[in-house]
Amino acid sequence: MKLPPLQYVRASSVSEAVDLLVQGAGDARILAGGQSLIPVLAFRLAAPAVLVDIGGIADLKRIDITDETVTLGALVRWVDIERSTALKAHMPLLPAVMAHVAHYQIRNRGTVGGSLAHCDPAAEMPGLAVTCDGTIILEGASGRREAPAVEVLTGALAAEIAEDEMIVALRFPRWRPERRWGFAEFARRQGDFAMAGIVAHFDQDADGVARDVHIGVIGATDRPTRLPGAEAALEGRIPDAMTIRDACRAVQDEVEPPEDIHASAAYRRALAGVMANQALRQAAGLPAAANGQ
Amino acid sequence: MLTGITFPTDAATPVTGTPVERLEDARLLTGTGCFVDDLTRPDLLHAVVLRSSMAHGRIVAIDASAALELDGVVAVFTAADVASDGAVPLIPIRLAPFPESQAFRQPVIAVDTVRYVGEPVALVVATSRAIAEDALELIELDIDALEAVASTDAALAAEGDGVLFPGTGSNLVLRYTAQMGDADTAFANAPYVRTERFSTQRHSAVPMETRGLLAEWDAEHGHLFLSGAAKVPYFNRRALAEALGLGMDEIDLLEQDVGGGFGVRGEYYPEDFLVCFAARRLGRPVKWIEDRREHFMATNHSREIACELSIACARDGTILALAGRLDADMGAYIRTNGGVVPAKAGQFLPGPYRIRDIHVDVSIVVTNKTPVGTYRGPGRFEANFFRERLIDMAAADLGLDPNVMRAHNLITAADMPWDAGKLVPYEAETSFDTGDYPVTLTRCLEEIGWEKNKHLQGTVIDGLYHGIGVACFVESGGAGPRENARITLETDGTLTVAVGSSSVGQGIETAHAQIAADALGLPLGKVRVLHGSTTLLHEGFGTYHSRAVIMGGSAILDAATNLKEHLVAAAAKRLGLPNTRLVVENGGVGSGDRFISLAELATDGPFSANGTFANTTRTYSYGAHACHVAVNPQTGAVKILDFVAVEDVGRAINPLIVHGQAIGAIVQGLGGVFLDHLVYDSEGQLLNASLADYLLPTATDFPNVRAVTLELHPSPTNPLGAKGAGEGGIVAVAGATANAVAAALAPLGVTITDLPLTPPRLWQLISDARAAAEPEH
Repeated sequence: MKLPPLQYVRASSVSEAVDLLVQGAGDARILAGGQSLIPVLAFRLAAPAVLVDIGGIADLKRIDITDETVTLGALVRWVDIERSTALKAHMPLLPAVMAHVAHYQIRNRGTVGGSLAHCDPAAEMPGLAVTCDGTIILEGASGRREAPAVEVLTGALAAEIAEDEMIVALRFPRWRPERRWGFAEFARRQGDFAMAGIVAHFDQDADGVARDVHIGVIGATDRPTRLPGAEAALEGRIPDAMTIRDACRAVQDEVEPPEDIHASAAYRRALAGVMANQALRQAAGLPAAANGQ
Repeated sequence: MLTGITFPTDAATPVTGTPVERLEDARLLTGTGCFVDDLTRPDLLHAVVLRSSMAHGRIVAIDASAALELDGVVAVFTAADVASDGAVPLIPIRLAPFPESQAFRQPVIAVDTVRYVGEPVALVVATSRAIAEDALELIELDIDALEAVASTDAALAAEGDGVLFPGTGSNLVLRYTAQMGDADTAFANAPYVRTERFSTQRHSAVPMETRGLLAEWDAEHGHLFLSGAAKVPYFNRRALAEALGLGMDEIDLLEQDVGGGFGVRGEYYPEDFLVCFAARRLGRPVKWIEDRREHFMATNHSREIACELSIACARDGTILALAGRLDADMGAYIRTNGGVVPAKAGQFLPGPYRIRDIHVDVSIVVTNKTPVGTYRGPGRFEANFFRERLIDMAAADLGLDPNVMRAHNLITAADMPWDAGKLVPYEAETSFDTGDYPVTLTRCLEEIGWEKNKHLQGTVIDGLYHGIGVACFVESGGAGPRENARITLETDGTLTVAVGSSSVGQGIETAHAQIAADALGLPLGKVRVLHGSTTLLHEGFGTYHSRAVIMGGSAILDAATNLKEHLVAAAAKRLGLPNTRLVVENGGVGSGDRFISLAELATDGPFSANGTFANTTRTYSYGAHACHVAVNPQTGAVKILDFVAVEDVGRAINPLIVHGQAIGAIVQGLGGVFLDHLVYDSEGQLLNASLADYLLPTATDFPNVRAVTLELHPSPTNPLGAKGAGEGGIVAVAGATANAVAAALAPLGVTITDLPLTPPRLWQLISDARAAAEPEH
């Protein structure tokens, strides 16, 4: 489980990194925190000629919060999000979810850009990006481009990123202060990839009616995806236990889970509904359901 | 050295039986231990193994020409190279040597057929590990697929190409019957009979340190050194000597620190031969370190047994007879452990109960999977699960408290020694030595709060189903035939103890030092224990079957007795007194006020004496486990709210070590119940590649485990009174835990018969039971 032979280059700027990608002509890979790419290389599932280490590019390590947006640089690590008091105030969903990402050793190295580029359907950040209207900012030979996360994160381990492009940031629209949110996932052990997980948020009008409902799933799906049927079940209604149950049923109808050595599709489908119940009850401020965790 | 740890320095204070800190921990915890991968040598080469990616096939061609052209590659060896020294050697069978098994032995490198994914096909040797791995990818291996059989059912049904060893005609290695009394008559006359099918899943030990070897050939003296030895170095030396055509005195196996054994580490594997072969052929040192992916496909698997078990009872719960059929999936070859796993499952099927009429049929079957060997509590983990589940089922049928039924049937002190018959074909009759089995059950029930908590069975609290399960066990230890030791009083007054036992990290340096210190009346800090290398003694038997303290410790006592004679003789000269008046005590030799300390006497030394302990009578520890679970019916997740293991080990040399072993064993066992699973598809492909998909218990998974060690009934088989203490913590975990889960889910109509109890499986059982209860939906 040693890496295949490759050339290692440490880039000092985004433009230098992009130049190296161009020179690599499709055979260069960006190395950020290395928490996914290094195991892939050790198993020799990939053998790029060049590894472009962007770890030294300070610009990519910033968390920027404006009146309009929350932007996470590609090198922002899970631990940075988890401990960010600004994010806890302005987009509390993000730090709350980070506690579910692997183990602290991995959270000390894993990065936003790395996770998005790797695009594991069970990973939390791609699910957040897709569910919370994230925009991925990429830089390539032809300049900067922005794309909705849902258009980049289109398949398992298959993000739509050109050979000469790298992710530089993930941008979310600024959250309304009164926004309600919930997150729940189920893994075999603490820190394992989720077998199913649900990200949810909505706003409530003066009558308590849920507006702008966002519900996304990870784990029980081949790519992070929103669940419009479940969102519709909640949209414009008061999120009480009955309504949430309807939304959970919609989640189960809507997800298309894969099957692997850990679980059947039927189990993941049921689990997605259970996680939706937990996440939506949390968002609605209802007490944890019986059987809840 | 680690500061803060102190050792008793007063020679008059015995340390045997006290919880002294482990002597080896200072170096292990400060990173100054030396494991085999820490060794390096000038001119060192690194080996990697090309393994079959096909479960069953005929090797058509191996083309290594491109690999050999790679800079840094020194050699690529295949069966053709090995055969140039004669026939390709087979891995010998060390334990449970059923004659029928001989035809199923594994060649040290695949000759013309591969029979499991991971079987060695070639050995690449290069100047670095990375280059060797690069070379692997350049070897062109052409294998014609043969029918792969990935289950015992498929194996037994197979004909033609699906027969792994065409000469044998069948994938059934052997089938035997073991019995006591007359089970047929007992079943025919019994008022109550129940039969169920059970299974335990393939999983195995995953030591933190994978296997590793460093072979060095001293051409000048014609001597081979193999570092990385563990468990049974003297047996492995014999195997290597035969395979390499060397004399026993031309090979030495050297033990370094070992990061876990659990049965799998230290057996004689194909790589043991291959690295030695390469080192001798190339005249350069060769190191091979198993990587984790290799470990899953190359190191012994275990535990995959299917069982059909019948119990016959009187209406009052008296067990009248037990009859079982065991089908063991042995993987592709019978390796060193022979048929010991299924044979021990058969032997321990009746367990600690007063059952006189027993009939067990055992089938040993080869399949296209990694070969099977022993894993901590081999056969017992499985057998205790099968039997203890069935006892709970029978008790429910009979309307009895299952633990009253257990207590009613357990062997008591009045029954001792209990004639346990001859349930193992290759072993003599055996009997359980000492004990009062209901005592450990009673203690276990007190610890788990059975009387006050049993109303919780199947109740729902905050949506979680609660259940409490119990399982009892008897566990053998102390395999013979003998063990050797030598104690030397060095001229500086310290004691060097050499013993044939091996350390796999379990703490025998400390336990052996405690025994030696007390035997000579010296402080623990003056004792150094050497173990596990063939350079130390003429013969040794190593560490397995919970034998190191019983056999090695007793050999140390014998050596101490012999050494005392030398010391008395030497002291007699110094003091001018006759031998008969002198005794060794208080750190010296003397009589009345005439006394010479060992430190002073040592300056005339060194003094050395050998000792041997020969014994083929087994010890039998016993105990009970109990478990309280809460099951989430929506996710299938199980929380362990409490787990307690109670065991009477006869005598604990070091209660701290025994406790640590028990806690570790419980957690390892819980992994086997809920997490560990080596999964194959129907083509014989192994689907686990890493620790991301072979799940091990971690610190957060099972925080609520407890162990109680009792010393009620010492064993008469050895002078220490010790019984095995390393495996009792694991052997009943599946029985107790599965009973707890079954009790929790009984109201839903769920029956638990198969491991592992993963969330998806429990969820499926619950869903199926609900569907069956509401057929209209």
